[in-house]
Amino acid sequence: MPYIPHTPEDVTEMLAVIGAASIEDLFDEIPAALKTSVLAEVPTALSEMEITRLMGERAAADGRPLSFLGAGAYEHHIPAPVWAIATRGEFYSAYTPYQAEASQGTLQVIYEYQSMMSALTGMEVSNASLYDGASALAEACLTAVRANRASSSRRVLVPRTLNPTYLQVAESIAGNQNVAFESVDFDRTLGRTLVDSLRPYEGHDFTALVIQQPNYFGVLEEVDELVDWAHANKMLVIAVVNPTSLAILKAPGLWGAPESAVRGADIVCGEGQPLGVPLASGGPYFGFMTTRMQYVRQMPGRIVGRTVDSQGRPGFTLTLQAREQHIRRSKANSNICTNQGLTVTAATIYMTLLGAEGLALVAEASLARTAELVAALTAVRGVRCVFSGPRFHEAVVALDRPVGPVLAALAERGIFGGLDLSDRFPELGNALLVCATETKTDADIARYAGALAELQNAAVPARGAA
Amino acid sequence: MQEHAVREPIIFDVSKPGRRASSQFPPSPPGAARAHASLPEHLLRKQPPLLPAVSELQAVRHFTRLSQMNFSIDTHFYPLGSCTMKYNPKVCNSLAMLPEFLGRHPLAPEAQSQGFLECMYELQEMLKDITGMKGVSLTPMAGAQGEFAGVAMIRAYHRARGDLARNQIIVPEAAHGTNPATATMCGCEVREIPCDANGDVDLDALRAAVGPRTAGIMLTNPSTLGVFERGIEQVAGIVHAAGGLLYYDGANLNAILGKVRPGDMGFDVIHMNLHKTFSTPHGGGGPGSGAVGVGARLLPFLPIPIVGREAGRYRWLAERDVPQSIGRLSGFMGNAGVNLRAYIYMRILGREGMVRVAEFAALNANYLMKRLLDAGFDAAYPMRRASHEFIITLKRQQRDYQITAMDVAKRLLDYGFHAPTTYFPLLVPECLLIEPTETEAKEEIDRFCDAMIAILREMRESPEQLTSAPFTMPVRRLDDVRAAKQLDLVWKAAGDI
Repeated sequence: MPYIPHTPEDVTEMLAVIGAASIEDLFDEIPAALKTSVLAEVPTALSEMEITRLMGERAAADGRPLSFLGAGAYEHHIPAPVWAIATRGEFYSAYTPYQAEASQGTLQVIYEYQSMMSALTGMEVSNASLYDGASALAEACLTAVRANRASSSRRVLVPRTLNPTYLQVAESIAGNQNVAFESVDFDRTLGRTLVDSLRPYEGHDFTALVIQQPNYFGVLEEVDELVDWAHANKMLVIAVVNPTSLAILKAPGLWGAPESAVRGADIVCGEGQPLGVPLASGGPYFGFMTTRMQYVRQMPGRIVGRTVDSQGRPGFTLTLQAREQHIRRSKANSNICTNQGLTVTAATIYMTLLGAEGLALVAEASLARTAELVAALTAVRGVRCVFSGPRFHEAVVALDRPVGPVLAALAERGIFGGLDLSDRFPELGNALLVCATETKTDADIARYAGALAELQNAAVPARGAA
Repeated sequence: MQEHAVREPIIFDVSKPGRRASSQFPPSPPGAARAHASLPEHLLRKQPPLLPAVSELQAVRHFTRLSQMNFSIDTHFYPLGSCTMKYNPKVCNSLAMLPEFLGRHPLAPEAQSQGFLECMYELQEMLKDITGMKGVSLTPMAGAQGEFAGVAMIRAYHRARGDLARNQIIVPEAAHGTNPATATMCGCEVREIPCDANGDVDLDALRAAVGPRTAGIMLTNPSTLGVFERGIEQVAGIVHAAGGLLYYDGANLNAILGKVRPGDMGFDVIHMNLHKTFSTPHGGGGPGSGAVGVGARLLPFLPIPIVGREAGRYRWLAERDVPQSIGRLSGFMGNAGVNLRAYIYMRILGREGMVRVAEFAALNANYLMKRLLDAGFDAAYPMRRASHEFIITLKRQQRDYQITAMDVAKRLLDYGFHAPTTYFPLLVPECLLIEPTETEAKEEIDRFCDAMIAILREMRESPEQLTSAPFTMPVRRLDDVRAAKQLDLVWKAAGDI
């Protein structure tokens, strides 16, 4: 019996203590008519050797292609110590640190994590994590509704340069609490949001403006003027940021003109995956959220604080729990309970190993590799770069023909050439979102460009090509 | 017991400018500095963020030492009620961490993802069978998000029928806090109903509560009181007759695995905590996975994406395939890596192993309960069978010795056991909710009983051993009030920029 230690003698002795004739008797309070018969869809048991072989075959079937996909999940080198330590049983198989004295390891890791995320984003406080970047934005919108006492609209302005899935998730989650989202268009040449396109909303009641930096297209937004505009119009600013980029880009806590009255984003959130968490088909990742101290009681999720024990020695514990579901029930800030402790542990180890210097090198190298990739791809016939604005590590390129078949042909050659944007952004034509990080070499980029050139040159250019 | 203090400095206190783990730094491509300098000056960071500067060994030693300050399943018996802290098989982790699975981008084309998708499809099918449901979505990223999905589907169902008045969710007062919090997040009102003296839902109160505004009821079965809800068929009848739907909180699914299915009990929707029942790691507070299953009525509303199969090929079902879906809940497809671990676990158990989970979880719980009763402790529901867990109330000990459940919990740490869940459910005074799980050996349970018996003796003979506990942890009892009043949440608040 897998993982069940009982010997027949154990069972006999235990039943005797209980005073039951059989194990089945322990289920005698379940109405007989409800009892289940055999589970037909669950196959019979496999040994560890058999499942190892099966999973190995399935993994091999998918292989390890050369990938230029980004769009919210990024391939970075993960130092060996990160997961060697994070998967130690003491981290891996512990739970939420309800018994603080027996969980000081996890608690101190979270305290250090909160410190690092606050430093990275330039904000005063951080929570212990949310599920992922998209759901973190949903929670950030709900936090803004609670925090912005000057607004009663429950309406949030969202540039179309935000990852469209993030908006979908925010709608699914916050929409149920009557939070509404208003889309703001972007500049077709630059690929970013102009303050001019926000003018129509001046004088209207909105809770918050969302700013993604770098935006979904990889382009850098003019965050200073956007923040100042939002604050002048009594909106809070929710920043959605890539943590790697913050090693070289201005921290959201400092967004806005230096002379502005209220400086910085008010709530910062994003996807933590780039910080040492593997791509792993989309999760588990973690969402982060940082904010101003004045809004700390509006934040959802666990928060760890440093305190002292009965002998006056420092120690760590969960704090501000009066915000949470297990205390406030229907009046809690959120229903979140379990979050993403293990991936946060990995991220804390990652940030410790890389430090500010290493993280800046990762960001710089990614920036440079993407510039190289764009140069190589746009040198191919019929391929052009769509936006002229400055970029981080993603870019939109357009082909002279539908993207789908080209991507499929590349995938046949073991190359994932990026994400087809033509469904979600038809106005951009045959557009493709590509990404290169520090993991890509000159040879990788040449291989992609070479394969694309072969495909572009082999076929007759599509009619009406740009 | 010897007092010993293990301390580990905060990583920032170890940090020294100029020290680095340089083998982790990527090589700089030729154009790197130029590319950086080409970005607009006013968008750049002027001062580096305050992150640690340490060697690789310093980092490894620091985090390894921190890990050693934790109790965990791998090191300690961890009978945390309602959390199902069973053994997390090592192979589930090692296979989910095969390089192909770790490296798979969530937006990888379907044609190159058949191996992964096949695992997810089969996981959906197994979960459908185990729960008696018609459809499953693996998207929710934890139990609370599964609850959210479930209630959002109930709401969407009523709305699609034009039944707009139904915005009340009935919740038994013993329910987990996430239940009422979820109902609020879904824009519903919460209506709490009591349980009777035997721990079953008060059917008269339920009859009085249902009506044209009832959207549904959220139930855990076995309930948070550790007993099977015997009136479940009547509950289902009452709620359905009133036009409401039944939501099953899968927190306690371990108790009934392969024995009885929520779908057969009359539930319309269920979330499962894969990190409990299907043994994926709790990770110090997540990640979890909160897959949802639904009956026929809610099929059109399942959160996306879902894995479908057509002509032997697997593909994602999304907006076009499930147009009435409550939508997306995660940036991609939920905690896929957690789902993969659950899949591996389920294939190792197989159909014959599933039912044994419930059987041995119940055997361990009933045995432990009986031994504690024999030792002089009081069960909250002594006349009932324990499910996979049970409640001890220390009300009498509090009266006689001024000892609280908190004191007992802290003292258990000194004896080398993680404490049971304390003060939950809220309606049982001074309670311990104890869940041994099926993977504990009889000897370990006996040792736990011995510790409880010793603690009972200490209550009479040396109560300060309890009120001052713990003595053997890295820290003594912590000042929670100070933690909340003098907030110290970051090592140095934003002093870096």
